[in-house]
Amino acid sequence: MTETVLRTGAEKRKFNIDMRALSPFIALIALAIAGALINPDFLTASNLLNVVTRSAFIAIIAVGATFVIAGGGLDLSVGSMAALTAGVMILTLNSLGAGDMGTLALGMLAAIALSAACGLANGLIVTFGRIEPFIVTLGTMGIYRSLVIWLAAGGTITMRNFELRELYRPVYFGSVFGIPVPIIAFLVVAAIGALILYRTSFGRHVVALGSNEDVARYSGVPIWRVRTLTYIIQGICVGIAVLVYVPRLGSATPTTGLLWELQAITAVVIGGTALKGGVGRIWGTVVGAIILELVANIMVLSNFVSEFLVGAVQGAIIIIAMLLQRSVHRGR
Amino acid sequence: MDSVLRAENISKSFGPNEVLSGISIDLKPGEVHAVIGENGAGKSTLMRILSGHIAPSKGNLHFQGQPITFSGPVDAENHGIVLVHQEILLAPDLTVAQNLFLGREIKRFGFVDDRTMRERTRGILAELGTRIDPDIEVRRLSIADRQLVQIARALLVPHKLVAFDEPTAVLTPIEAESLFAIIRKLREHGVAVLYISHRLNEVKAIADRVTVLRDGRHITTRDMEGLEPLEMARLMVGRDMSKLYPDKPATASDQVILTVSDMAVPDYVENASFTLKRGEILGFGGLIGAGRTELFEAIVGLRSGHGTVTLDGKSVHFRDAREAMAAGIVYLSEDRKGKGLLLQQNLRVNLSLAALDKFTRGSFIDVGAEEKALDGAIKDFDIRTRARDLLAGQLSGGNQQKLLLAKMMLLNPRIIIIDEPTRGVDIGTKEQIYRFIAGLAENGLSVIVISSEMQELIGLCHRVVVMRNGRIAGEVPQADLSEDSIVYLATGVHEERAAEIAAGHA
Repeated sequence: MTETVLRTGAEKRKFNIDMRALSPFIALIALAIAGALINPDFLTASNLLNVVTRSAFIAIIAVGATFVIAGGGLDLSVGSMAALTAGVMILTLNSLGAGDMGTLALGMLAAIALSAACGLANGLIVTFGRIEPFIVTLGTMGIYRSLVIWLAAGGTITMRNFELRELYRPVYFGSVFGIPVPIIAFLVVAAIGALILYRTSFGRHVVALGSNEDVARYSGVPIWRVRTLTYIIQGICVGIAVLVYVPRLGSATPTTGLLWELQAITAVVIGGTALKGGVGRIWGTVVGAIILELVANIMVLSNFVSEFLVGAVQGAIIIIAMLLQRSVHRGR
Repeated sequence: MDSVLRAENISKSFGPNEVLSGISIDLKPGEVHAVIGENGAGKSTLMRILSGHIAPSKGNLHFQGQPITFSGPVDAENHGIVLVHQEILLAPDLTVAQNLFLGREIKRFGFVDDRTMRERTRGILAELGTRIDPDIEVRRLSIADRQLVQIARALLVPHKLVAFDEPTAVLTPIEAESLFAIIRKLREHGVAVLYISHRLNEVKAIADRVTVLRDGRHITTRDMEGLEPLEMARLMVGRDMSKLYPDKPATASDQVILTVSDMAVPDYVENASFTLKRGEILGFGGLIGAGRTELFEAIVGLRSGHGTVTLDGKSVHFRDAREAMAAGIVYLSEDRKGKGLLLQQNLRVNLSLAALDKFTRGSFIDVGAEEKALDGAIKDFDIRTRARDLLAGQLSGGNQQKLLLAKMMLLNPRIIIIDEPTRGVDIGTKEQIYRFIAGLAENGLSVIVISSEMQELIGLCHRVVVMRNGRIAGEVPQADLSEDSIVYLATGVHEERAAEIAAGHA
């Protein structure tokens, strides 16, 4: 009995899994067509490159979030962590004072080290404190955010060295063979992320942990290490996003990175990664981040909805994406 | 007498696949009717049709002589047909009384009337011969008591037919005896009982008639009188089953490979000591909750405990399963679905998970090698799967167990600890698993079998250690292996006495 029932189930499931992996790409194409119909300026190379460039920060952070979420965790602190990292990086550059390449490299190193340390803190508290990641990262979100406000004394932390600013500028505004540097950065991060998640035993362990922690433990998976590492990867991704973000404005403020956690999680969910863990889709995440920025862009180009409502639309998208996932899941 | 429920030529298809064809069965008042068959024979489908959960594709149901179509389980329940589910479906944080009346609370002036519900709960539980406190939260009850609460909940509605789906799967022999007493009482009151099980001894003990299903077909319906378990097994499987257990390999040596002394697991086990020899199959018997699983989980580092574990003369301490595996000890959990396999992942991912290091070249997983290992496992362990990309959760219980075995054997262990190796496994697969275990011992490996099925321990093991209440109660050597010797150590009383205690004659 079970056998025959399963046979039909298997065929259906195969189709549905494909749908699930494909749906963000289909949504992307549909949005692109809609954009082209609304405003002829939409489908120009400069507009599209601009959209993808702007999505780079969220995409890079969301690649890290894909690891955390696929492993059954959650990190709400990424936006605050980005602000703190940007602030500390600029303060480091300012205190070093010089305007040469070495200074810049040191500042970048400090940024990555700090964000990795923030991720490590999240990971250790979740793992060894055995506290819900939602609560832990809600707490560190507050801590990181107020640290940056304190460092900025409520104001703005700005890069003072003009030479250094010029030197750093191309990391956001430059391009290689016509492709903006942020896009290259995010493609590289996504490619490395995909390689780690899909091809290494660590990646396999992340998925196993997110699927069923007990099974992972009984199978000899070093769950403490794997879980902590996912948060460190998240931290490093935040650091890389900050490296690309700082030259854009050359400053960090108490509102830097506000609601980035919402956007990153939205991108991951739109991309087809299961919020309960056990499934991770890096390329879906990338597409999800682009979709978010595309929606904002279309809203600006059209006049249907006020652009002040971008946040509302993005919030609605995450809910709709979850509903769609649920119905695909039920269809099994 | 008129039957309570009669099914005539029932067939059920899912899509193009017929899973039941032409089944007829009639359930008479005051009769216990058992339905037996291997996993996948169609038992549960038949029961779900009879209890209104699904509608048959062909054929008719007659309720007390009248043709009837149930619109759903609630409709069937309104006609007095109730089903006692195999899984415990209770809200753990609510009290017994609250669970009993969940969804059908007694109200007074629009508010729930706790006092009346409590009294009625007390009454119905007393009728079942138990003294569970109606105010206790369900999560504080033992599995057996939870099952009783579930039965009480089913019997709360006026009933003419009660269907039990594998009710003794989680019960100890004494608890099973009291369940049988309840069933006998139902029978005396003229209720029709449908009893689904694959434990043939208890079917023999409780049923008046038995219907055998195989591959969705009706093989026979016979009176219990004169039908022996061996014959039932033959009817179920369709071939001779007299040789369920392989010969015990004569490889057990005197070379002690593992010594455990004074092992303690807080709340579960106190100073447990035993030895394991090379090439030996060592059984661990006892009632559910005796601490067997906890003892071995502590030994392999899955649970904290203290004591001395000596492997090959060297003292070892494992902090997690990984270290135990590295030392050549694997533990296969009794909870296959919760702790053994990733049900939402495919067979390949499951197979290689524990031994993933063997499949990595440089930093990357070699999927080709994984696929090859899967081919090997499917062949060596006879894993029956229609498609290679199936999820582990879609395999039958027996095939899941084979996959779990294959997964752990990839680690090349020297000591294999198998907890309840054949729980939820059909009889054909059982035989294969027994042969496999014997084969391991023949090759000089040592196997520990933890089992609540006494026949299994007797048929398979060289020696059986029995636990009771977290302590090792004793050891039965091969020459003395019998159900009575094990039951005596497990319960402190002899088997006939156990039945008497359960019946309340003690």
